[in-house]
Parts: sequence; C-alpha cells; structure tokens
Amino acid sequence: MSTLEIKGLRAEVAGKEILQGIDLVVKSGEVHAIMGPNGAGKSTLSAVIMGKPGYKVLAGSITLDGVDMLALPTWERAIAGLHLVMQYPTEVPGVHADQVMAEALTARNRGTEGMSARITQEALRINMDPELVTRALNVDLSGGEKKRNETMQLGVLEPKFAILDELDSGLDIDALRDCARRVEAATHESNLGVLAITHYVRLFEELKPDVVHIMVSGRIVASGGAELADQLEIDGYAAFV
Amino acid sequence: MNATPAIVMPSTDEEIWRYSRIAELDMSAYTHGHLRTETIGADSVRVTESLAGIAMTTNPDIFAELNGANADVISLRIPKGVVVEGAIHIVHHLEADGVVAYPRLVIDAEENSEVTVIETFISNDNIHSLVVPVLEVRTGKAARVNYLTINQLGLSTWQIGHQQSAGHRDSTTRLATVALGGDYARMRTEVRLVEQGASAQQVALYFAGGTQMHDFRTLQIHEAPRTHSDLLFKGAVRDTARSVYTGLIHIKPNAAYSQAFQTNRNLTLSEGAWAESVPNLEIETNEVKCSHASTVGSVDQEQKFYLESRGVPPEIAERLIVFGFFNEVIDRLPKFADVEMLRTAVNHKLNPENEVAS
Repeated sequence: MSTLEIKGLRAEVAGKEILQGIDLVVKSGEVHAIMGPNGAGKSTLSAVIMGKPGYKVLAGSITLDGVDMLALPTWERAIAGLHLVMQYPTEVPGVHADQVMAEALTARNRGTEGMSARITQEALRINMDPELVTRALNVDLSGGEKKRNETMQLGVLEPKFAILDELDSGLDIDALRDCARRVEAATHESNLGVLAITHYVRLFEELKPDVVHIMVSGRIVASGGAELADQLEIDGYAAFV
Repeated sequence: MNATPAIVMPSTDEEIWRYSRIAELDMSAYTHGHLRTETIGADSVRVTESLAGIAMTTNPDIFAELNGANADVISLRIPKGVVVEGAIHIVHHLEADGVVAYPRLVIDAEENSEVTVIETFISNDNIHSLVVPVLEVRTGKAARVNYLTINQLGLSTWQIGHQQSAGHRDSTTRLATVALGGDYARMRTEVRLVEQGASAQQVALYFAGGTQMHDFRTLQIHEAPRTHSDLLFKGAVRDTARSVYTGLIHIKPNAAYSQAFQTNRNLTLSEGAWAESVPNLEIETNEVKCSHASTVGSVDQEQKFYLESRGVPPEIAERLIVFGFFNEVIDRLPKFADVEMLRTAVNHKLNPENEVAS
C-alpha cells in the first residue's frame, strides 16, 4: 500500500500564483478525479507533481510514502513510482517508444528481457497497432493513437500512481473506452492509484472515481463521491465559483 | 598541370570565407605529401587515364586550383548500362605530419549506369596536416551515383575540400557527408543540374566537439528545366565547437518548372558552442517551387521533459534526442554505409569521456 500526499501546495508560473494551497491524499488502488473549469490550475498541478521546468513551488509538500518528491529531479520521481499521462504528448522526432521504454526499464533496474513481448501485449490490450512503437514518438499520430501510446507506456512501466492530465481530450469514443478501461483494470491488477484530471464525466463510464474533487482558482473547493460529478453535469461549476 | 599556382590566400572579407578560420592558415607550414590510400571493389571500373576536369570546369578558389596542379587522382568510369554491385570503398590515411595532400576522386557514370562510392578520410589526433580533397562527379543520362564521404580526421588535421557534380538528363546524384573529425574542416559542395530532369540530393550529418569547427558551403545550381534538388544538413556542436552552414539555391533563367529544397538544422549542446546558418535563394525564372528552412537551437526542453517523465535520466534523454535528430540523415545515407559504425562514432562524440577501449 502506497500513499501520495500533497499538503498545502502553492505554486506559480511566470510570477503568477496558480496553485493556492492544495491538499490531497491518494492511496494505492484509489481513483481520485479532479474536475474544474478552464484556468482552475488542474494541468499546473500535474506539471508540478512531475517537476516540469518553469513551475515554481512556493510552499507545501508532495510526498510518496513519505519521500519528498519535490527534492527529486523529474526522472527520479518517475523511478519512485509517479507517471504522467500528458494532455498533449510531446513529439520527439526520430526517437521511438520502444527505445524510451528500454531506457526507462534499465533506469529502474528491471532489464529489457521480454520487453518487446510485453509492449506488444499491452498494445493489443488497448487495440493499439504494435508497429507504432517503432515509429517516432507522437509524430504524425492521431489523438487516439497518442493516448493509446501513453496508456501502453503506463501498462509497461507499472507505476504506483498515474496522473492523467485530460486523458479524454482529443480522443474518439473507442480510444477513450480502451484507455480508461485499461487504467481501471490497473487499479485492480497492480493496485495503481490514479489522479484523473478531466473536464468531462464521460471518462467515468469506464474509470470509476472513488473521490471527486472540484478545483476552482487554484483550490479544491469541494470533495465527494461520484455523485458530485453527476451534480456537476446538471448544475455546472456556477455553484462553486 | 604541375605548375604550382602563386598562392594568394583568400580572406574572411569575402562572403564565401566569412566565419571561416582561413586567417589561421599558413601554407608554408606544410610540405607537399601524399595519403596512403586503400581502394576496395573498384578494379572493374578504375581507369588509368586522369578524368580530372569532367565536372569541375573552373576552379572556385585557390585550393581547388592547388589540387588541380598537384592531385593524386583516382578516376572511375562506370560504363554505359553497368550497375556496380555493392559499394566501392576508398579509404585515405593521412599519416605524415606537416604535409598538405591533394587527393582527387573523379567519377564518370555513363548513361544508365549505377554506382555507390564511400570515401573515408582518417588521421590520428597528433597529425598537424592539411588535406585538400576534390570530388568530381559526372552523372550521365539516367545514371545514378551514390556518394558518401566520411570525415574521421584527427583533432589537429585541417581539411579544405570541394565537391562538384554535373547531372545530365534524368540522372540522380546523391552526395552524402558524415563529418565528425578535423580541427577545421571545410567543404564546399556544389551540385549542378545541367540537363532537363536531372535530380540531386545532398545530405550531411556533422558533429563538432572540443574546439573543432565544421564549415559547409553548399550550392544547388539549376541550369535546365524540370530539375530537382533536395538538401538536408543537420549538425550539432558541443563544448566550444563551432559550425557554419551557408547554402545557395540558384535557379537560372533556363530552369523553369524546377524544384529546389534546402533544410539546415543545428543543435547547440553546450553554452559555449556556436552554430551559424545562412540560407540563400537566387531565382531567375518563374514557375519554380523552392523552399528553405534553417534553425539553430538547443535540445528541446519539452522533448527532454517528456522522456524524463518516463524515468529516463537526463543525459540519456539528451542522447536519445540527438540520435533522433540525426536519424533523419542516417536514414538517407547510401544503403551500403556502415550505419552501426557511424552510430558508435556519434555516440563517442556525445560521451568522449566514457570511451571504452574495444
């Protein structure tokens, strides 16, 4: 059982304070949804958790099983067990997904024996063409192919916690179902904890949230069960702004 | 032919020598010497007569002129309709210190012939010599010439070279360069498309570290209608190394309906490294399609973050990105090139301190 704990997190981008005190505790196997209007700071939260350059933490802490994540460079946070599924996965010309998986596994001392078979297995599980892993990362891929590629990597690397930054954006309904179903399965099979940032409740048809948080202006203003998302669908964010 | 021309050194005041290190060159420091050259696979097409002058009709500068007067010439004539199997390998070893050597390779590909030639220049790091190579290629009607030059010169050796090709009707000329070596290594590479339907491709991968400098001057000269040229030069510099790329697409009045493309991209991997890129277009007719693009920049931080967020350590992420950057060129090298050897050599440029004796 692992715990990802965020306490009193405040962060700024380009001199503007975006996160104004975030408190969250996610445990293995749990799915926490973070919903909120545009500009609420949802993507900033995912970037700060992963240590993206350009974001400055002003106060607070992020720990994984008590280990200070803010003290670690990005790659060591990933090794420690955090994984970011990006809203807009970056194109990396000439670099193939299988090369990256090989280096990522090597850095985890897991070895690359059987990696190809594992990648193929993960790809087929989400209806992704396994050939895509030998092409340049995210170059000339459709939105659905990019998110399948992200989800495949999640399956191969088996992190403790996944931060899904709008997994559902730019995705057709089939790809959304395949990817969300795979993440939901990981919460049972490998006890994955999930922080799912999204605008839309349709993600929850396959990925069942245990807790829904509403984020507005850099703060979590309400938390509840799945019924909170249903209420949002009817009333919108107006009640929380 | 043997009369040595009076040597009047060019200066960096001339645009074509701008940014160069020509001012440091003292020709009197060198005596005329020769390379030790191995030739593999050329027996059936090598001719004893010199074919010098078949493509380079005028000398673009003093160094081409000096080569003309002093050259050790290798002449290849591919007879009409002949496809040479595999690749011809020419390996030049520059073993003497304090010499200037003038190798000249001439390839005459007759109508509908095909050949691949890989020419490599090698010296040790302690060889303070100058090599002035010239390549001439005449690609006959519908012929195909694939040429790759590999610069693996040592860190004290200079190179000032020229390449010139003339493409005849419906021919294809591919000139590829991998430049990793040399203290100062300059190459002026010029493709002329002299008859209708001729096509030329130029690609280069260059990577300078330490205090090295690579200097490329490219020309794509369209002299006939419906000719096509495509150039892709990609370079990286690290430490305090420098590189210069200046390229010209020249579409002459007679070259309507031609297409010409030119792309130069540069990665600067260290704060103190410097790369210059100057693309130029000169178009003297209508009905042409041309484009040029050039970039100089450091490793993309978004790309690096993406790889690091998967758990890839920063130095490995950077290595993957640099290899990815060069892959586009490596994919376009002649099919007989030893790509694994070249990748190893590039890797050594990235991590010279981690060199393992093999």
